[in-house]
Amino acid sequence: MSNDIRFVQGNVACAEGALYAGLDFFAGYPITPSTEVAEHLAEELPKRGGKFIQMEDEIASMCAVIGASLAGSKSLTATSGPGFSLMQEALGYACIAEAPCVVCSVMRGGPSTGLPTKVSQGDVNQARWGTHGDHAIIALTASSVQDVFSVTVEAFTLAETYRTPVILLFDEVIGHMREKLVVPPAGELAVAPRLYTEVPAGQAFHPYLPREDGRLPMADFGSHHRHHVTGLFHDIWGFPTEKPEAVAKLLHRLVDKIESHSQEIARWKEYFLEDARTLLISYGSSARTARHQVEIMRARGEKIGLLELQTIWPFPAELVREHAARCKNVYVVEMNMGQLFSTVKRTVEKPERVYLVNRIDGELVKPMDIENVVRTVEGKGV
Amino acid sequence: MSSDRFIRERFFPQIWCPGCGHGTILNNLVRVAREMGLDPEKVCTVSGIGCSARISGYLDFHTMHTLHGRALAFATGVKLARPELTVLVPMGDGDALAIGGNHFIHAARRNINMTVFVMNNRIYGMTGGQYSPLSGTGVLATTAPYRSIDRDFDVVKLAMGAGATFVARTTAYHVQEMAKLMKKAISHKGFAVLEILSQCPTYFGRKNKLGGPVQMLEYFKEKTVPLGSDKLNQDPTLIPRGIFVEETIPEYCDEYAKIVALAQEGARKRG
Repeated sequence: MSNDIRFVQGNVACAEGALYAGLDFFAGYPITPSTEVAEHLAEELPKRGGKFIQMEDEIASMCAVIGASLAGSKSLTATSGPGFSLMQEALGYACIAEAPCVVCSVMRGGPSTGLPTKVSQGDVNQARWGTHGDHAIIALTASSVQDVFSVTVEAFTLAETYRTPVILLFDEVIGHMREKLVVPPAGELAVAPRLYTEVPAGQAFHPYLPREDGRLPMADFGSHHRHHVTGLFHDIWGFPTEKPEAVAKLLHRLVDKIESHSQEIARWKEYFLEDARTLLISYGSSARTARHQVEIMRARGEKIGLLELQTIWPFPAELVREHAARCKNVYVVEMNMGQLFSTVKRTVEKPERVYLVNRIDGELVKPMDIENVVRTVEGKGV
Repeated sequence: MSSDRFIRERFFPQIWCPGCGHGTILNNLVRVAREMGLDPEKVCTVSGIGCSARISGYLDFHTMHTLHGRALAFATGVKLARPELTVLVPMGDGDALAIGGNHFIHAARRNINMTVFVMNNRIYGMTGGQYSPLSGTGVLATTAPYRSIDRDFDVVKLAMGAGATFVARTTAYHVQEMAKLMKKAISHKGFAVLEILSQCPTYFGRKNKLGGPVQMLEYFKEKTVPLGSDKLNQDPTLIPRGIFVEETIPEYCDEYAKIVALAQEGARKRG
């Protein structure tokens, strides 16, 4: 069989990745620059018997996605900054109710309506802390159309494995850029099915009692196991509780189930890191610029390398610490006021050696932007 | 309780105040579910936040206690994902029509097959007695200490205007009528809204000096009349009860199934 090769936008690759992962349900609301995800799925989902609905706003979209998830569907929504803000309350509900789902945010300039058609990476911390209260979250990025496809497939696996919402944090350039996409044959990329309870019908099912390995088998709405789901702190039956020990236990479990697996969840790419003395850390479309600059400087014999983070949350601290320790200086390249930069600084042994290379004007980071900061820091003049 | 079936005893005692109308609604819902022979495994109750919303936890169906105002959005996801489920959405007045007003009109517009019970006690009880969009002018509340100047929605007219295909009203006093209308609303294929006037003696009653639960129920008895009755013609200030709309038009999940057929037919022709 010949390969399925296409020339598509990142947003289409996200939709195709979701379909590959077995997407059953999409709910969304139009917003630039993510709308093509919805448009593609409006066409493709019905062909496979999947459900597509355009809701009245992003709040409703996120809620519908959670409802569909608990009814047994692999579910997705796609949005951008302002819509992502509206989804935050329900995102927290998905965290505490442990409803697996995927939320794609194609980042644009903010705050507020900001720069709808321009690129930014301003939602890095919104993805982490946008919903209220303590919680853990998984957020993935990609710097090419092919990677958009593969991390989207991965997102559904992580969502089911950890019973959590997973955020796909793409940006306008990645979403709208057209590149070659090779859709692998079914089965080539791993797709995790939902883990169902083995408790037989008629026996007591505790929807919030984890197995020994920490995983929480499900029973869908409509199955034999009727149960209660709430956004309140709850016991193993899913019933509300205010017992201090039960509250603390649940919150610890919600955070630990993700944070304690941060190494398994970490996805990254390395470019010229073996002997690098200068480390660039980047993600999304700014990682493309960073890679280009590394190639330029390597051609001049400079020992520079790039660590591209595909998992941003949980932050792969060990990985960053290890690479930073071997390098003289660390530069975080991103399109915001230093959202990941501040986390990198907190993580490494020598925070004074971490520098920010950024653009916040709706333009992509240019290779020269990196060149200028590196040369200034290293005393070589601009 | 008239029946222990469909009830989660471990969730009791329930949280409602003595004399609250919501217990009557729960009792009736359990009775109706039994009389209709509903299979609890095929029923999903989705509620929001507030006194009313706690009803979902007491019912032994698949149940979801969601976010304030968002029950219909969650329910839309459940229903579209599994159209074979009977979806019941009990909501409070603020829950349904203040914070949830947008979802209410859009769910009605789609005519998606689910049953909404607006448990209307004209007040936010759980937060301690603030005025709601159904309180109306002149009402006293903790956030309207002088009197409310906000006009109220007419739930029935709003539901009709938004396109609900079954719209009815009853009260916590008219228990037999409520049961009958609940059955009709649940059996209706499409978006059904049943407004149930319910008493909150703790906040609405006390604040507005309406007496205890008995006096509040007597108010429902005296101030509401069946739709089309002579009394209503003589005194249009009375509140009509009964079925205002009952029509059959294409239902959303059925229409979506047609889209699937259309898309699959197109894919076959091209393929």
